[in-house]
Amino acid sequence: MNLWNKLMCYSRRHSPWIFHMNSGSCNGCDIELVASLSPRYDAEQLGVRLEGSPRHADILCITGPVTHNSVEAIKTVYSQVCGPKAVVAIGSCPATTNVFIDSRTLDGPLDKHVPVDVFVPGCPPRPDAIIQGVARAAEILAARGNTAPAAAPPEVISIGGASNCEANCHVASVASAQHTAASAQSEVQP
Amino acid sequence: MNLTTALARFLIFPGLLFALPAAWFFLWVERKAVARMQGRFGPPFMQPFFDFIKLLGKSTPPRSGIAGLLMRAWPLIAVSAAAGAVGLLPVLPASGGFEGDLILLLALLELPSMCIIAAGFSSRSIFGEIGSAREAALSVSYNVVFLLAIVSIAASQHTFRLEALAQAPATPLYWLGILAIAVCLPAKLHINPFSLPNAEQEIYSGPITEYAGPELAMWELSHGLEWVAATGLVATLAAPHLTTWWLAALVFILLSFAVVFLLSVVAAATARLQIDTTVRFYWQCTLIFAVLAISSALFMRLRS
Repeated sequence: MNLWNKLMCYSRRHSPWIFHMNSGSCNGCDIELVASLSPRYDAEQLGVRLEGSPRHADILCITGPVTHNSVEAIKTVYSQVCGPKAVVAIGSCPATTNVFIDSRTLDGPLDKHVPVDVFVPGCPPRPDAIIQGVARAAEILAARGNTAPAAAPPEVISIGGASNCEANCHVASVASAQHTAASAQSEVQP
Repeated sequence: MNLTTALARFLIFPGLLFALPAAWFFLWVERKAVARMQGRFGPPFMQPFFDFIKLLGKSTPPRSGIAGLLMRAWPLIAVSAAAGAVGLLPVLPASGGFEGDLILLLALLELPSMCIIAAGFSSRSIFGEIGSAREAALSVSYNVVFLLAIVSIAASQHTFRLEALAQAPATPLYWLGILAIAVCLPAKLHINPFSLPNAEQEIYSGPITEYAGPELAMWELSHGLEWVAATGLVATLAAPHLTTWWLAALVFILLSFAVVFLLSVVAAATARLQIDTTVRFYWQCTLIFAVLAISSALFMRLRS
């Protein structure tokens, strides 16, 4: 690996620009995502910048259980993000459709439509977990380089040691959410 | 001798070798100052540099035809114009070489915002077009004040030569002109309270909504170079006349930093104004100072 590639890897890890997309979320996760950029958690320390345009972003943060109306929008926005790109599914809804499971208005979970790299379960997840998920996605981006998204299994971020959380298991996600909500540890010290 | 001096000015100081790190440093100072004002820690020191490298490694959407060619060209023109403007700044005393005059400097300073307007319209994105229209309206408002202020300084000194202007003795009229220029800087650099054209989130990213990868990196760089050029213009006009070259360079850098810091603090302390409020601000409030400056400059010139 030559010097330029090393520099590129390092830059990708340290400059994750995110685009936030709501696919029918209850607004809980959206508030937590905004909170992770607030003075209390300050994700900008890791170089995170909330971008207005999907063209500028590296990481697509999707919340919500994916309603029928939002499927086309998700696919369009995913194709508008320029590569290399990663997708972070925030909350239990995009992972499992959560309490809305079997609803006829839904076409979830999210990984039916776009490849997801990191799941951040929780209802809603703590801002620390969201920041950790974005940081993990940035590491995946740096390792992946310019190749297309691989078929590697998505990662599940869980703060506080609940590591057995299955992405498709509703109960485990909710348990992890409760565990996450109970843990008051902060990953990024303000 | 003249050619080497001119090349050294364009390539080393205050040209590219100084301007690139300074651009990234000023972008960092802007973000850091805003973060500190909001009670945050803010980005690490090398952040704008990492952003730039990362953007160079991203892909761009396929573009075809004349519109695609133009979209690729605008950021490059903007970067070269801004870099040329920085290279023209008369920082070092008696350097000889190519002496561009004030008119060339103003044209080069104006070119990046022209490019942004054109880029927004050629991207055919609705948000880009809104951003470009706002940028055009803003440009018409602040440029009247900006140009009148600079012309008043030039008229009071009877010259358009940059070297002579930089060495001119400071008079109250001169300071009034510098103040009017400083009031125009937030609009020129698209920062709060005049961040209308690229209004983040409100109209996505304004004229540069459709840009990605290396092209976006060029826009970021041209924005940084605009910071260096615009604050450098104020710094060279406000700096005292020094004959030692390293002292002149040091004073230039410190003054530029002070202006950047001041502008960032103003940006953090204010919210975005609406377009009609902005236009009214420049046409009603600040135009008076500019007209006062230029009329007194012309009056003094008639008397002398």
